[in-house]
Amino acid sequence: MKQAISMNVNGVDHAAEVEPRLLLVHYLRDTLALTGTHVGCETSICGACTVLLDGQAVKSCTVLAVQADGGNITTIEGLGVNGNLHPVQEGFWEQHGLQCGYCTPGMIMASAQLIDRNPNPSREEIRHGLDGNLCRCTGYQHIVEAVEYAAKKASA
Amino acid sequence: MAETYVGKRVKRTEDPRLIKGLAHYVDDIRLPDTLHVVFVRSIYAHARIDGIDFSDALKVPGVVAVYTGRDIAEKIGPVPCAAALPDLKVPDYRVLATDKVFFVGHPIAAIVATDKYAARDAVDLISINYEELPAVVDVEAAAGGAVIHESFGNNIAYTLTSGEGDIEAAMQSADRIVSQKMVHQRLAPIAMEPRGVLARYFPGEEELTVWSSTQIPHLLRTQLALMIGIPENKLRVITPEVGGGFGSKLNVYAEEALLGWISMQLGKPVKWIESRRENVAATIHGRAQVGTIEVGVKNDGTITGLRYNVVADLGAYHQLLTPAIPTLTGLMLSGAYRIPAIQMNVTGVFTNKMSTDAYRGAGRPEATYVVERAMDVIAAELKMDPVDVRRKNFPKASEFPFHTATGLDYDSGDYDAALDKALDLSGYQKLRDEQKQARTAGKIMGIGLSSYVEICALGPSQAMPAGGWESATVRIEPTGTVTILTGASPHGQGQETSFAQIAADELGVNLNDVTVIHGDTGVVQYGIGTFGSRATAVGGTAVFIAIQKLKEKAEKIAAHMLQCEASAISFEAGKYCRQTAAAAGAGTSEPVVPVGEAPAGALPEPQTEGRSSLTIQEIALAAHIAKEIPPDTEPGLSATYFFEPKNFTFPFGTHVCVVEIDKDTGEIKIVRYVAVDDCGKVINPLLVDGQVHGGIVQSIGQALYEEVVYDEQGQLVTGELMDYAVPKASQLPWFETDRTETPSPVNPLGVKGVGEAGTIGATPAIVNAIVDALSPYGVKHLDMPVRPEAVWRIIANN
Repeated sequence: MKQAISMNVNGVDHAAEVEPRLLLVHYLRDTLALTGTHVGCETSICGACTVLLDGQAVKSCTVLAVQADGGNITTIEGLGVNGNLHPVQEGFWEQHGLQCGYCTPGMIMASAQLIDRNPNPSREEIRHGLDGNLCRCTGYQHIVEAVEYAAKKASA
Repeated sequence: MAETYVGKRVKRTEDPRLIKGLAHYVDDIRLPDTLHVVFVRSIYAHARIDGIDFSDALKVPGVVAVYTGRDIAEKIGPVPCAAALPDLKVPDYRVLATDKVFFVGHPIAAIVATDKYAARDAVDLISINYEELPAVVDVEAAAGGAVIHESFGNNIAYTLTSGEGDIEAAMQSADRIVSQKMVHQRLAPIAMEPRGVLARYFPGEEELTVWSSTQIPHLLRTQLALMIGIPENKLRVITPEVGGGFGSKLNVYAEEALLGWISMQLGKPVKWIESRRENVAATIHGRAQVGTIEVGVKNDGTITGLRYNVVADLGAYHQLLTPAIPTLTGLMLSGAYRIPAIQMNVTGVFTNKMSTDAYRGAGRPEATYVVERAMDVIAAELKMDPVDVRRKNFPKASEFPFHTATGLDYDSGDYDAALDKALDLSGYQKLRDEQKQARTAGKIMGIGLSSYVEICALGPSQAMPAGGWESATVRIEPTGTVTILTGASPHGQGQETSFAQIAADELGVNLNDVTVIHGDTGVVQYGIGTFGSRATAVGGTAVFIAIQKLKEKAEKIAAHMLQCEASAISFEAGKYCRQTAAAAGAGTSEPVVPVGEAPAGALPEPQTEGRSSLTIQEIALAAHIAKEIPPDTEPGLSATYFFEPKNFTFPFGTHVCVVEIDKDTGEIKIVRYVAVDDCGKVINPLLVDGQVHGGIVQSIGQALYEEVVYDEQGQLVTGELMDYAVPKASQLPWFETDRTETPSPVNPLGVKGVGEAGTIGATPAIVNAIVDALSPYGVKHLDMPVRPEAVWRIIANN
C-alpha cells in the first residue's frame, strides 16, 4: 500500500507515492536522482548517507521516506548557496580533507551541523562531533583541519 | 617566471566534483531499464547443498530470473588466480557454488528483478537444503583438519622456502637465538564504497560494457573476456569514481563476471551493489598469518641470521593474488638491516573463510611487524636501547644499492638520517626521562620505534605475475589543452592532480589546462592499474617520458616553423625559442584558443612571421593543421610510452609512538605519534601527508581495534561495521610528520611511492610502545589487536 509524501529537498518541493518501507536515502538517490548522498553501511555507523532533516543531521539509510514527510531536507547538492561552496566544502578542498570522496558528502553535512551548533569548536570537539562518520582514507587529521578552516571562515 | 607545481602543496583538481556530491560512483550511474541483482549467499562455513528451490522466489512481482551454480557452472570460467608458485594447488572456483559451499558469504544464487526491494524480498523465499560439514577455522590446525577440497587430500595449498645464505651456520654463529611467536589477525579492508558492478550488453553491436569499482580496469577486462567468453575488443571496462580500494579491488570477482554474463543473457543493463554485510563476508581479507620468528644475535646486538616459520590462512579459495601475498612477506624479512642469512618457511593453508589477498601493504606489514617486534625483543634481552640495536644493524647510506639475503637490491637509502630526524622530532631522550618519572609516579607510559623499509613501485615485469609496467599517452589538443591518458587507476590517491603537476611543469602550461583521464578501457591504452604503491613511480614516470617524446617532436616542428636548426632551439616555460631570443621564455604557455572563446570559422593558424619563439600550444595547433610541419613528420602532437621499471623502489622511515595506559581500565591512549618517512622525491607534499595519515590509522586499527572474527563453526561474528571496529576520529592522536628525501635511481622522477608506508611502518611502533609500557609487568609480547581487557588483566594480575 503506497503512501503519499511531500517534502522540500534543497529548496524544491517534491511529492510522491512511496512504499512505507522505502528508505529516505533511496528516495533521494533513486527517485530524485540526488546521488551525492551515499550508502556505506546500512546500519547508521558510517554516516556516508548523512543529510540535514529540518536542520538536523540524520542518517538517511535508517530513516524511512515516510518519516521525512513534510520535512525540509538539505543534501550535499543543496549545501552551497548560489553556486558558491559552503565554507565546509571549501575547507575540505583547501585542507585535503578527502581522498576517495565517498564518505565526503556525509562528512561535510555532519561538519556543517557541527559548526552550526558550535561556531568555534576545539579539535577534540570536532573529533567527537564526527564520531558518527567514518573515513577510511584520510586518518581524519586533514578533516579536522578542514572543519577548523570552515569554522574560521564562517565566523569571519 | 612561469608557475611551477612539482613539490608544492597543490590542492586537488578532482575535489570540486566530490565535495559538491556530483561525482559518479558505480551506483550513481543510472541507465534506463536497469535490472537489479541480489545474491543468495551461504549461511554456513562448510556445507553440502542438497537442493535449491526457488519457485516461490520467481513468483515475487518484478523478479525476472534466478540463476544457480548448477545452471551456469560450465558457462562462465572460474575466478582466476594469477599467482604462480611451484606445486600450488588451485581449487576450481566457480562464480556460484555448485555442490558445496566453503565459506559464509559464498554466493549460491543470483536473483534478478526490476526493483532492488523485490530482489531482496525474493532472497527470503529461496529454500536451500544444506547438510552442514565440519568447518576448518583454526589456522594452525587447518593442515590436518577436515579436508575442504577433497581432491587435494589435505588443506595445504603450498609450502615454500625462500631466502639466501647459510641459515644453519648463521644461527650457530650467534651468541643467542631470540624467538617469538606472533599472530597477524585477519583484517577487512573496508573501502567506504563497497564493491559494485553495472553491466550493459548491446545485442546488435555485440558489445558489453562493465562498470566496476576496481583498481585494475584493463586486467579485469582481459580476465572477464576469458571468463565470459566475449572477444576482448568487444568488452569495455569503465571504472568511474572508486570509493577506496586498499587492495580489496585489486581483484577479479565472481560478481563482475556474473553481472556481465547476465546482461548478455537478458539484453538489459544489470546492476549489483554490494551491501556492507556482503563486503565484510565476501570481499577479500588481509593479513592472517601465524608465525614464529627466530633471530640469531651476537651479544653486541649484531644480527647473524633470521628464520621465519609461518602458516598463512588463505581462506577457501584463491582470489587473484591470494597465495602470492605471503611471498612478499618473505621478500621483506631483511627489513632495514644487514642480515647475512634469511630463511622463510611458509605453509599456505585452506580454511572455511573468505580468501585473503592484498590489503594495503599486502604481505609487507607482516614482515615489518615481525622484524621490528623482534628488534625490540632483542633489545630487551640484551638490555640495549631499541635505538642502538637498530642502528647497529643498519646498512650505511654509502652501501646502496644494498643486496639483502631475501634476494633484493634496495635502490637507495639513508636509514640513520630518518632515524635521527624521528628521534629529534620526538625528543626521544626527553621521552625516556619522562617515562622514568611517570613510572616513579605510578603511571604506565611506553615508547615504541619502528624503522621500516617497504618494497614499492611494483614492479619489474619479470618479478610480477603479468606485466609490471605502466602506460601513458600525452597529447596536446589543437586548441592547446593537454590530455593525459594513464593506465594507472587512481581511487583517492589524487593522481589527477599529481600527474597534471608533472605535465604542467614539463610542458610549461597551466595546471588547469591539463586533464588526466583514467579507468576506461575504451579510451585509455592498456595499463596495469593502481596498487603496490606504484602509480606515481611507474605510471607517473610513463607520463614523464611520454612528455619527453612529445617534446622531441614539438622541437622539430618548432625548428621548422622558426626556420632554424633544432640545435638552435631551446625550450623554457612552455616556449620554444631561437636561442638568440631566449629572453622570450618568461610566463606560462596559454591555449591558443582560450576555452569558451570560439573563433569564427576555421581554427586560426599560428602566425610565425617575425616570431622568434612559439608556445608549445601554438605548435600543437600547427601540428594538427599540418600545413607548416616538416615533410617527414607525422601530423598531430601526442606520444605514448610504456615504462618498464628496472627495479622496485624501497621507501623507508622511522616512526615513534608514545602510549599511556589507564591502570583501571587498560585503555591504551596514543599520546604522541611521530612519522619520518622517505618516499624519495615528493610531487605533492599535501597528498603525501594524506597518504601517511591514512596509512597510520589503518595500522592503529590493526594494532588496537580491528579483527575479522570467525567462531568455531566458521560463522562470521564481525559481519557489519557495528562489530568490525574501524577507527573513529576521536580515537586518534595528532600526527607529527616529517620527511627525509633520498631520490630513487630507478626512475627519472626520483620518486619511490608512499601509499602503503603508514600501514607498513606504524603497526610495530604502536605494539612496541605498548609492550614497552607494560615491560615492568614482565610483558615481552602481546598479540594484536591489543584490547583493553588483555592489558587490564596483566595489570590486575600483578
